[in-house]
Amino acid sequence: MLVEQIAVFLENKSGRLAEITSTLAKNTINIRALSVADTADFGILRLIVDKVEDAKTVLKENGFTVGITNVIAVEVADKTGGLASVLQCIQQAEINVEYMYAFVNKTGENAVLIFRFDKMEEAIKALQKDNYVILSRDTICSL
Amino acid sequence: MYWQKELECLPGSDLKKLQLQRLQRTLKRVGTNVPFYRNRFQKLKLDPNKVNSLDDIRRFPFTLKQDLRDNYPYGLFAVPLRDVVRVHSSSGTTGMATVVGYSKNDIVNWSDLVARILCGAGVTPDDVIQIAFGYGLFTGGFGLHYGAERLGASVIPISAGNTKRQIQIMQDFKTTALVCTPSYALKMADVMMDMGINPNGMSLRYGLFGAEPWSEAMRIEINERLGIRATDNYGLSEVMGPGVAGECHECNGLHVNEDHFYVEILDPKTLEPVAPGEVGELVITTLTKEAFPVIRYRTRDLTRFLPEPCPCGRTFVRMGRMMGRSDDMLIIKGVNVFPTQIEAVLFEIEGTEPHYRLIVERENNEDKLTVQVEVVESMFFDQMKKQRALVDTIKKRMASELGIGVQIKLVEERSLERFNGKGDRVIDKRKL
Repeated sequence: MLVEQIAVFLENKSGRLAEITSTLAKNTINIRALSVADTADFGILRLIVDKVEDAKTVLKENGFTVGITNVIAVEVADKTGGLASVLQCIQQAEINVEYMYAFVNKTGENAVLIFRFDKMEEAIKALQKDNYVILSRDTICSL
Repeated sequence: MYWQKELECLPGSDLKKLQLQRLQRTLKRVGTNVPFYRNRFQKLKLDPNKVNSLDDIRRFPFTLKQDLRDNYPYGLFAVPLRDVVRVHSSSGTTGMATVVGYSKNDIVNWSDLVARILCGAGVTPDDVIQIAFGYGLFTGGFGLHYGAERLGASVIPISAGNTKRQIQIMQDFKTTALVCTPSYALKMADVMMDMGINPNGMSLRYGLFGAEPWSEAMRIEINERLGIRATDNYGLSEVMGPGVAGECHECNGLHVNEDHFYVEILDPKTLEPVAPGEVGELVITTLTKEAFPVIRYRTRDLTRFLPEPCPCGRTFVRMGRMMGRSDDMLIIKGVNVFPTQIEAVLFEIEGTEPHYRLIVERENNEDKLTVQVEVVESMFFDQMKKQRALVDTIKKRMASELGIGVQIKLVEERSLERFNGKGDRVIDKRKL
């Protein structure tokens, strides 16, 4: 039920994001989704890619600090209120969102929401109870 | 394992007697042969013939690095140049270079003293020793080289630099003992990783590290990453070079070769002896040097005595690892700050040897200390909240340890320079 996400430490200096993306491109790793969280001093880049282990290895080889964390990917119809209903379900279960980002899949019909919750196991239970579609690692990779 | 057991295990009272005899002889010789000391002794009405106890040394004035510079190049030599067989010089990165000389006997003694340290660390004539200290005017390379040959080990005089080649040779020549700076040993471990070489597949067993201050944390990391036993050794060119003191296999403090050096540890401000076990500046008097004796040389190195006897059987006093230099001490907002304190806090938080740099600036007449820290996996989070909490934790721990506030700047791994030799982790931009 969990999807692996790559997190990379970024110093706020020019060209680092370009370096990461071209490193991944050179190694034919495809980025499905990404988000950057930043402060004045540093940033955290989070990526969903098709080849997680390869991505970690090549980024480490290129001197980046890399971590792998589990996130939850929820698929909802790409229409008004899609995200709102998921968040309501989560709130009712008294679970907090640490961070989230989203992308629309190729067909354009559905949106994929990537979540990191403070209580991951309970979040899965709550989402399943309300019949939300949680994507597996394989599904994400083949999207 | 001892090199000169009868001397290294000399009973305390005999050692004191020997030290006094040699001190008297040294003071007489410099008082006769070196105008600098002769003039000083006369001015202070000090008679080298009236030294009756080791404590009498405390009446004699200190010798400073500046005194060596003022007498550049040969002014402090106590023998004619024809009796000098070797000259070394310290780099002069912080000012004018200083020059030291060695007689034939000095070289013999020096070799023996280094052989003692190699033996203490576990090196035997069967070992293959790779000396990655610079050869040249710096005492490190030649000092270790002569000691290792004296011991009968097989010496690879590779000198410093070219890390990949060092590793290649280490692998091909089946090096068993490595001599370099501790930070260079870690750099080697990094490069081995890059080259895809597993250090455990090598023959390396011992590492003798010196020429810069390091920490117990760094020793643990070196031991684990290179699969060796790392020992600390200490020396400085003004006094002789490597061989002044070194750790035995107990790895718990450096035995001073007390039959050749008389050491004091003094409060850098009051210049009075510190209480046993307390940190102070190391002051050394040579007892046997012929060409270049020094009286009460202020090393600026901070350390402390470890007064308990060592299980290894050596009677020579041990001192703790060098804790930095009294002139590395930064005064920030009027508070004394030692880089080693910062290192200790970072180690505690990261769990590995930190790579960091200190930037000192003055903004609006106020000092500002920024600690740049390389982010390693153990301190990196995907959550901004946790990442920022870590920065706050470091700030708080630093503030309580140092007594001043600091800025923390996280930087990417391997973005800070690695030091080979007496590196400086401090950038002081203050224009006073």
